[in-house]
Amino acid sequence: MALDKNQIAKRIAKEVQDKFYVNLGIGIPTLVANYVRTDISVEFQSENGVLGMGPFPFEGEEDADIINAGKQTITTLPGASFFDSAFSFGMIRSQKVDLTILGAMEVAENGDIANWKIPGKMVKGMGGAMDLVASAENIIVAMMHVNKAGESKILKRCTLPLTGVGCVKKVVTELAVLEVTSKGFKLLERAPGVSVEHIINSTEAELIIDGEIPEMVIE
Amino acid sequence: MINKKVNNVQEALQGIEDGMTIMLGGFGLSGIPENSIAELVTKNVNDLTCISNNAGVDDFGLGLLLQKKQIKKMISSYVGENAEFERQMLSGELDVELTPQGTLAEKCRAAQAGIPAFYTPAGYGTEVAEGKESREYNGKMHILEEAFKADFAIVKAWKGDEAGNLIFKGTARNFNANMAGAAKITIAEVEELVAPGVLDPNEIHIPGIMVQRIFQGEKFEKRIEQRTTRKRQ
Repeated sequence: MALDKNQIAKRIAKEVQDKFYVNLGIGIPTLVANYVRTDISVEFQSENGVLGMGPFPFEGEEDADIINAGKQTITTLPGASFFDSAFSFGMIRSQKVDLTILGAMEVAENGDIANWKIPGKMVKGMGGAMDLVASAENIIVAMMHVNKAGESKILKRCTLPLTGVGCVKKVVTELAVLEVTSKGFKLLERAPGVSVEHIINSTEAELIIDGEIPEMVIE
Repeated sequence: MINKKVNNVQEALQGIEDGMTIMLGGFGLSGIPENSIAELVTKNVNDLTCISNNAGVDDFGLGLLLQKKQIKKMISSYVGENAEFERQMLSGELDVELTPQGTLAEKCRAAQAGIPAFYTPAGYGTEVAEGKESREYNGKMHILEEAFKADFAIVKAWKGDEAGNLIFKGTARNFNANMAGAAKITIAEVEELVAPGVLDPNEIHIPGIMVQRIFQGEKFEKRIEQRTTRKRQ
């Protein structure tokens, strides 16, 4: 069975380690915060200028001056701080943020990512994604393996305008966990009940398959 | 003390003319100078180039200026959430220069800090790098980006004093703190304007030297773009 969005977020949450500062993108990545182990210390950074982001506020306690990068009302946790946009991207460029999790329209086997523009159709802008992918050491992409037409978004080369080159380290989709290696995508795990053949058939890029591929463990 | 106080938004925006380049603070609708934007609509200045991370929504923020086609060019990082903007951009009526958010912030900060240009890795190998110098530092490619040159910067702060000192609240600091002092003239609209000496100098985020005009906004709607909450247990 292919994973749903919450299950993708649960799987990615396992990658979050103790004492990590983590930047979460809009969409599935935002859900990751709900599934991080409670016995480790993690701080979430939002590039609009907050570290130590907490859950959504209780009804009636929303504050227009306290939002995340998705423009959602949020709260802060003890130890939180606010800062300006230049400072925020300063901590991103200087690699103080340990892990960046973001969405994508396409990822290629050379680690390229595209997620900001479909020429002639949709242009929302790159927001902070180009800065994040150009500087982050550890980038995990949360995305759907195939589009609505059933075509693979895991490609030999991206077809859409790029957001960053050679930067993605790992991809988690509804079907698989893939690692980007110097030789291309390596299949690390498959979704429960999804066969290796099904993943191969859903992937335009070549996959490196080394022995038995374990199923993801999703509680 | 050098007094920067002006009496109202009309006085604050004096000198803004057709064809000028204006920086406007805010992220989404958070921390936008909403009184000044309303006055720009009333003033009916046209052919503006606006530097702002976002373009507001259809009926609030810079969306109000877009509705009246007062903006010729937008320099932003993210412009979703605004149907009229997308229509004008795809039809070619509006010139749009999309800039990575961190680069946008640094182009403001550089102007504020008297730095003409800087190298950043953001955008290398993408459309953003086209026509720009690139150079390798520490084994990684970077592109050369230049400081903004703007006629006016309009920022919004939580508190300010007559000396022009500013304090921001929460994530409404965003680009406001980077744009203050980044243009020839900086206008600050604040929720609360106090006499000099009331604000603790230790808590000032932006010193008054960066601000030429300050006024207390008449009313702040402070609209929320995505109202997300959780239920009480």
